[in-house]
Amino acid sequence: MADSTAIEAGVAAGDRRTASGSPMIRCENLFKAYASGTAETLALAGVSLDIASGEYVAIMGPSGSGKSTLMHILGALDTPTSGEYWFEGQNVSELSDDELADVRRTRIGFVFQSFNLLPRATVVRNAVLPLVYAGIPPRERQSRAERALHMAGLEESLWSHLSNQLSGGEIQRVAIARALINDPALILADEPTGNLDTKTGEIILEAFERLHAEGHTIVLITHESVVADHAQRTIRLQDGRIVSDRMNGRRHAFAGRHTPGQTEAKPPMAAEGPVLAMEPQSEVPT
Amino acid sequence: MRVGDIFTESLRAISANKARSGLTVLGIVIGIASVIALLAIGQGSTNSITSSIESTGANLLTVAPGFSRTAGPVSAGRGSARTLTVDDATAIATDVGQIAAIAPEVDGRYQVVAPSGNTNTQVIGTVSSYPEVHKVTISEGTFISDVENQNASRVVVLGSTVATDLFGDPATGGTDPIGQTIRIKSARFTVIGVTASKGGTGFNSPDDAIYVPLKAAQRFLAGQTTYLSSIGVEAATQGAMTQVQTDITDLLLSRHKIADSATADFSVINQADLASALSSTTRTLTLLLAAVAGISLIVGGIGIMNMMLTTVTERTREIGLRKAIGAKRRDVSVQFLVEAVLLTFSSGIIGIILGWLVALALARFGGYQSQVTVFSIVLAFGVSALIGIVFGYYPARRAAGLNPIEALRYE
Repeated sequence: MADSTAIEAGVAAGDRRTASGSPMIRCENLFKAYASGTAETLALAGVSLDIASGEYVAIMGPSGSGKSTLMHILGALDTPTSGEYWFEGQNVSELSDDELADVRRTRIGFVFQSFNLLPRATVVRNAVLPLVYAGIPPRERQSRAERALHMAGLEESLWSHLSNQLSGGEIQRVAIARALINDPALILADEPTGNLDTKTGEIILEAFERLHAEGHTIVLITHESVVADHAQRTIRLQDGRIVSDRMNGRRHAFAGRHTPGQTEAKPPMAAEGPVLAMEPQSEVPT
Repeated sequence: MRVGDIFTESLRAISANKARSGLTVLGIVIGIASVIALLAIGQGSTNSITSSIESTGANLLTVAPGFSRTAGPVSAGRGSARTLTVDDATAIATDVGQIAAIAPEVDGRYQVVAPSGNTNTQVIGTVSSYPEVHKVTISEGTFISDVENQNASRVVVLGSTVATDLFGDPATGGTDPIGQTIRIKSARFTVIGVTASKGGTGFNSPDDAIYVPLKAAQRFLAGQTTYLSSIGVEAATQGAMTQVQTDITDLLLSRHKIADSATADFSVINQADLASALSSTTRTLTLLLAAVAGISLIVGGIGIMNMMLTTVTERTREIGLRKAIGAKRRDVSVQFLVEAVLLTFSSGIIGIILGWLVALALARFGGYQSQVTVFSIVLAFGVSALIGIVFGYYPARRAAGLNPIEALRYE
């Protein structure tokens, strides 16, 4: 039922983007205002976008561009001041706090910049935390944790370690496993490599590409174009507006799916200088 | 969220900060323990007062002389009047119904001298029915007989304490008092019996007294008097006491030719009234002490609230994370509430055990009577759980109300 609605919504949206499939996410003219003192600050000033199921999208922008606000709305952590946000055919912008919690619990997996693992808790316990709130019986949790941790690429020897005994890259893979464990439709990553060194960051990005190859929809927020280039599509925000939305010319060797505009596969550690950030982009009206 | 998970998460959170949880629990433990111990001691002393009053005669009415108003405005004080006579006692015995036994007595304190020791004690001149009225039992020998009273025989029955004082403890080589002669106010009396110890304390301990025939006391000790110090009357039943009290009052008023009962030259004291007055005093004191302990419970509860608020602040990011991955307000608030209640409930259990031990120790080593009642345990459990709910509610609500975005950003 939800699927057919999503497909219809996708058709109705006219499929503005090049990606095929049903638009899982559809934003219509999103505004978000924050009251700061007497003045109002517009974090989002009319953002419209579609993201299809199975896409790997990077959202970029300088700080203050509204990318975090957008991600909070996409992740059902917040609702827009005006405009509509449809997620899998459901109008999320009208939901109550607890209904938003339901959407987050069942459909969305989060990966945060600052990891946010439970302190002094084992890897497995951290990974299964969403299942606790989903009411999954304990005996089922272990098997799901094992699957998710495998998918996130964390060695089995670390599973019984406490979260404070892990390195940054390992912690972030636990966080990815946690995001995966409920088999979400959408994985949202907020600067997942922001606190990691370049090499570890690459490992995490590889994990995301593997997930994408397996068909997961991923939205990644970053301010580094190196990171954004791992995605199929990059949306740039500035002052609460989309200033560019393009398909990435270069795709990673890991990407299993063929997407329009994809060129030669590249090894993950290939030099990608700041030049990339200045590549020509296809401007879109906002 | 499953019930098992709620408890698991709460227990993990509590054990994550053992020192702080322990200290917070200590506040409640002390509060609960003091409530339990104080209530136990209060109950114990109520029991001991009741039983000691009952041991001196359950359905006992005491007729005592009133003020002496012989001449002028000077009152010599209650009990000083010489208004009660043996004839009054006889009249009560014959005219008032529902009386089980009656024992007139003449009291005085005299120096009592035995060959092996001496003491100053209360000497009660009375009749053979005294043991029945005052629930005195004889452990050795016999009590005063009617014949001995009629003859004003110089015989004496010793209270157990007096027997030990004068003749030593038989267990540690004291002499057997039976058959010995003692001097009371220079008159010689032969010991014919010793009472069993009743364990009462304070004034008028039945163990610290000696008993002589009423006529002997009137003749040899009180100085040829026919007046009485008091008349003990045992009503046939508990329910008859009020009636007997009224009847005695009416009888004596008419015998003493007094029209207005307000100017009566005697008073009839109901033992049950005394008992209830004393136990209500004890109850008031117990409640007062328990109230002080209750204040310490409130302070402990504020400690719980303080700790939970600190915890909520400390774990803001964790709460944000839990909400981001789909915890509802209720999931978060229930977890924090359960944490608080688990803390106070375990404090309650420890406090009850500790309070019980304190009560036992006080009874064992401090000479207090104590009794832990089911009521006080239920009260302690209820109060501790209630404290958890009341003082955990606000922090839990605060945790549940956190905005996940801001909570995740919290440093």
